[in-house]
Amino acid sequence: MTNIDRTVDLDRRGRDWYIDKAVSWLVFVGGASAIVLILGIFAFVTKEGLGFILGPMNFVEFFTNPAWRPTSRPPTYGILALMAGTASVTGLAMLISVPFSLGAAIYIGEFATGKVRETLKVLVELLAAIPSVVWGFIGLSIMNPLIIRVFNVPLGLGILNSGIILGLMAAPIMTTIAEDALKAVPDSYREAAEAMGASRWQVILKVVLPAAKHGLMAAVLLGVGRGFGETMAVLMSSGHSINLPTSPFDSVRALTATIAAELGEAPGGSDHFRALFTIGILLFLVTFAINLTADIVVRGKGKR
Amino acid sequence: MADATTAAKDLAIDVRGVSLWYGTFQALYEVNLEVKRGSITALIGPSGCGKSTLLRSVNRINERLGSYVRTTGSIHVLQHDVLAEDVEPARLRKEVGMVFQRPNPLPLSVRDNVLFAHKLHRTGQRYTRAQEDGIVEEALSTVLLWDEVKDDLDRKATTLSLEAQQKLCIARLLPVKPSVILMDEPTSALDPAATEALEELIWELRGDYTILIVTHNMAQARRASEETAFMLLGRMVEHGPTEELFLRPHDQQTADYIEGRYG
Repeated sequence: MTNIDRTVDLDRRGRDWYIDKAVSWLVFVGGASAIVLILGIFAFVTKEGLGFILGPMNFVEFFTNPAWRPTSRPPTYGILALMAGTASVTGLAMLISVPFSLGAAIYIGEFATGKVRETLKVLVELLAAIPSVVWGFIGLSIMNPLIIRVFNVPLGLGILNSGIILGLMAAPIMTTIAEDALKAVPDSYREAAEAMGASRWQVILKVVLPAAKHGLMAAVLLGVGRGFGETMAVLMSSGHSINLPTSPFDSVRALTATIAAELGEAPGGSDHFRALFTIGILLFLVTFAINLTADIVVRGKGKR
Repeated sequence: MADATTAAKDLAIDVRGVSLWYGTFQALYEVNLEVKRGSITALIGPSGCGKSTLLRSVNRINERLGSYVRTTGSIHVLQHDVLAEDVEPARLRKEVGMVFQRPNPLPLSVRDNVLFAHKLHRTGQRYTRAQEDGIVEEALSTVLLWDEVKDDLDRKATTLSLEAQQKLCIARLLPVKPSVILMDEPTSALDPAATEALEELIWELRGDYTILIVTHNMAQARRASEETAFMLLGRMVEHGPTEELFLRPHDQQTADYIEGRYG
């Protein structure tokens, strides 16, 4: 029999066919579970929080009253001071980490070469892996006495301490994402500008940064999200006292830290318990909005 | 070799005994090349023969690769040795513009692309918006692009057609008035009609600018250059007036190449 008159079975399904089916099914389950879990968490948090939102909650008081006294009689549930705490700490953290991260990203992406570059990248990623409780510990045991000594203030736990710690925590992720954004700028742009006589700095300032601006913006936004949602380090370094801050040395309390500190003591199903979940919903919505914005900003890069 | 008697001041580019190594690989061997002011010279040769390397040495853009590149010999542009230690690459590249293989306009507006180099090199002088508009119009008119984009100057340059992008890449060199323009296979990403338009444009620029053009396309070298230099395996084999080199090559290797026996 020759090749020409041989019969063929083109519809035969071998082992590879079944492996392919099984793997694609497994991957689908993996992907779908992420969606199911996130919806599940949202549903759970909402269910607990709704009991408060639809019940005893007074919207105006909740957002404008600085007094958070869930265990007083009668209790007041105002998160203005908590929001101020979170905003001030996150704001200071961004003031510190944005210039540092962008600088680090520019150095790693545009100047460093070879071993220096690889070493720096690994170190930055290692920095991102430090557990937040360790950062909190640094705030408590190193930054606190340092701030007391340097600024001659009675207490070193507050916005300044928390902002610095949070800034250091947010810097690695911002650096990594910003560096990715710089790396995504085609080298032909740099070459074109250099061939026209642009110096290294002119190339970065006039070509690379504008071309990477969407990615850089996303990096900053994700850094904000990181600072906003951080709990343990803020709890340990902020002083955790309810305060509308007037100076960077004031102690403040963050939204996240409030949940972490009080949830264990609040009786399940009580108004206090549910009010904490309402804060949870708020946090969830804000971080969701930040991440969504970052995502849209990055996608915007494709157009125009 | 042609032009042994040409006085040095008539030369826009004078390459003398240039050897170049990428790491341990030697890409150029003692290359000599003289390019007369205001002429168009084509560099031809098979892939990997070193013609692009030679071109990229003239404006020292090769140095982007770092200390991995080592060059010996001398390259004089308008009687200055550009390989000398004290030469500022930024000044050199104002004098020696370059057009690349793939059109590479910056991701800015058409207007900003044309003004980019000009803004880099204006020192202290102030330019009014109207003066800048004049510069933009003149540069775009020279490359025959003005009518196509005059209502679209704020459009992002990377969205233009490839032909328009490549013309823009030439136009953006003109405002700083370079004396030499290097072109590295400027039409290889373009279709035949666009190639023809570009060749006509390059021919028009002759006289006002000295042009050194690398090309794979022998028909192009023949159509659009006055002198042609043939390189092979990192060596300069033959250099002469285009017509003569194609009709009566002195070297057997040149003859083989232009007849298409390799390349």
